[in-house]
Amino acid sequence: MSELTLLLIRLAFLAVLWFFVIAAVGVIRTDLFGSRATAPATVRKPQKPARQPAKPKKGEPRQLVVTGGPLQGTIINLTETPITIGRANDATLVLSDDYASSRHARLFPQDGQWFVEDLGSTNGTYLDRSKVTRPTPVHLGAPIRIGKTVIELRK
Amino acid sequence: MTTADVAEAVPMTAKRRGAQLAMLAFAVAIVMAAYAGVGLGINDQVPAGMLGYGLGLGGLMLAAYLVLARFAPWADPLLLPLVTLVNGIGLVMIYRLEQAEMKGASASNQLFWTAVGVVVFSATLILLRDHRALQRMTYTAGFVGLGLLILPLVPFLGKEINGARIWVGVGGFSIQPGEFAKLALVVFFAGYLVAKRDVLALAGRRLLLIDLPRARDLGPVLITWAVSVGVLVLEKDLGTSLLLFGAFIAMIYIATQRTSWVLIGILLFVGGAFLAGQLFSHVEARFDVWLHPENNELYNRTYGGSYQLLQGLFGMGSGGILGTGLGQGHPDLIPLSFSDFIFAATGEELGLTGLMALLMVYALIVERGLRTAVAARDPFSKLLAGGLSFILAWQVFIIVGGVTNLIPLTGLVTPFMSQGGSALLSNWMLIALLVRMSDAARRPPPQAIQDEGLTQVFQR
Repeated sequence: MSELTLLLIRLAFLAVLWFFVIAAVGVIRTDLFGSRATAPATVRKPQKPARQPAKPKKGEPRQLVVTGGPLQGTIINLTETPITIGRANDATLVLSDDYASSRHARLFPQDGQWFVEDLGSTNGTYLDRSKVTRPTPVHLGAPIRIGKTVIELRK
Repeated sequence: MTTADVAEAVPMTAKRRGAQLAMLAFAVAIVMAAYAGVGLGINDQVPAGMLGYGLGLGGLMLAAYLVLARFAPWADPLLLPLVTLVNGIGLVMIYRLEQAEMKGASASNQLFWTAVGVVVFSATLILLRDHRALQRMTYTAGFVGLGLLILPLVPFLGKEINGARIWVGVGGFSIQPGEFAKLALVVFFAGYLVAKRDVLALAGRRLLLIDLPRARDLGPVLITWAVSVGVLVLEKDLGTSLLLFGAFIAMIYIATQRTSWVLIGILLFVGGAFLAGQLFSHVEARFDVWLHPENNELYNRTYGGSYQLLQGLFGMGSGGILGTGLGQGHPDLIPLSFSDFIFAATGEELGLTGLMALLMVYALIVERGLRTAVAARDPFSKLLAGGLSFILAWQVFIIVGGVTNLIPLTGLVTPFMSQGGSALLSNWMLIALLVRMSDAARRPPPQAIQDEGLTQVFQR
């Protein structure tokens, strides 16, 4: 086999190897930005910013972000299901905090608005500065404090 | 409402099953192309064994994929394809060295252990449905890990091979219990730090911009330090020692976010390594080789010299940017190029471009692991996923740094690439744990019944 063919094979192999790496990064990219399963057709094409049909109503929160405390950085995508927070192992967000109760608080959506409800916790749940005593509507970016953990809803 | 309706009505994190299968097929195709390249490079024909090895690897990975799809459907789509690629490239390099009639290199053996690794991966996924069960076994895992570490020191059972007493002979096999000890110890560290991190993070004084911990909280760090130094001295195993201590320091940092622990850890390790270098000849020899590899006397020393290191550097040098091409270099001139020095051998044939691609693949595996840690919903999973990803990255750093003479060379394996059953099995188990945790982290929250009343929905 000639020198030239071998050189071409070598270069082609390296190119394919890098293509694999780039494809892997592509999968992560769509994993990060296009993870809405409601629009699987547009997810495949990351270069098209056509996310319009997948979007729910404007101003509706899509994510619950932990902004303070030991779990800082955790993101939970919001669905139609309520989110439970507490020390119990079956809670959606499991806290290991001496100031949190097993079933501390619950976040649930109603008619497109998310509410926070304290589930009879010992140390209470705080929305902004005020203690939550009954189901209270949560606005985007308003901090909810549970023990040492602070969470907020984001778009 | 049927389950399908529910799945459609509720937007969720996509499973990305198709992307996973495509990437897996791509990885297997690259490995087969590499086999063909080796054959063409050596004797101008596609090797007869290519189909066997390629389809063998492909079949194994398809089996692993099916188990994953069945038992961890929400798992990260990239972990398995990325691991397949590095494992496959390792197989190809070992096959290539076997073709060069290098003593000790056996591709069929490595393929067999890959198969066992996939079985272990599947078994872990099937048996361990909820990784939080591991949290209940914190101290058991700690004792098991310590026991496995000490095992090679037991007379008659332990064996000394190539100067390190890290082997245990069972029947006709030799296994390295240390490879499994690291997994058990990471589980232990995670469970322990979840319980103790508040006191480690909060108690203490502030001195010169650094939060110093209390003296009595130094206990666990000192114990881990003593164990690592013990491994270093008694088993003459620098790699495992560095790996364990680094993993503990990284995990304590993840748990407490306190820089002072990292500083204390680095000081302790540098101090320990310096003392060991003064007191023990085998450690001193490693330092000499690291600082003066070009020294003629060291180069010609038969045992513990710099011959191997320099051969590896020469190999990578002759590979250059684009490499000599698969099957066209002389990686068989590097001693142990199928195990410890497989990275140098790959560097000679694939060049800097190829090595960078491989390092990127490792980086992506680690990134997926850390991503799992960020997404995890309970502190134990966070620490475990963070710790496991860290030891994978740390292992790659220690061996690649050693081979390229950035840090003193320590005998660690390159994960998934080096020939050796124990390391392959333990690393497949590590990936199974990461897959299990990413499945739990990416799974949408349990579907509650809307008008639940007093009904509680449990996830089990």
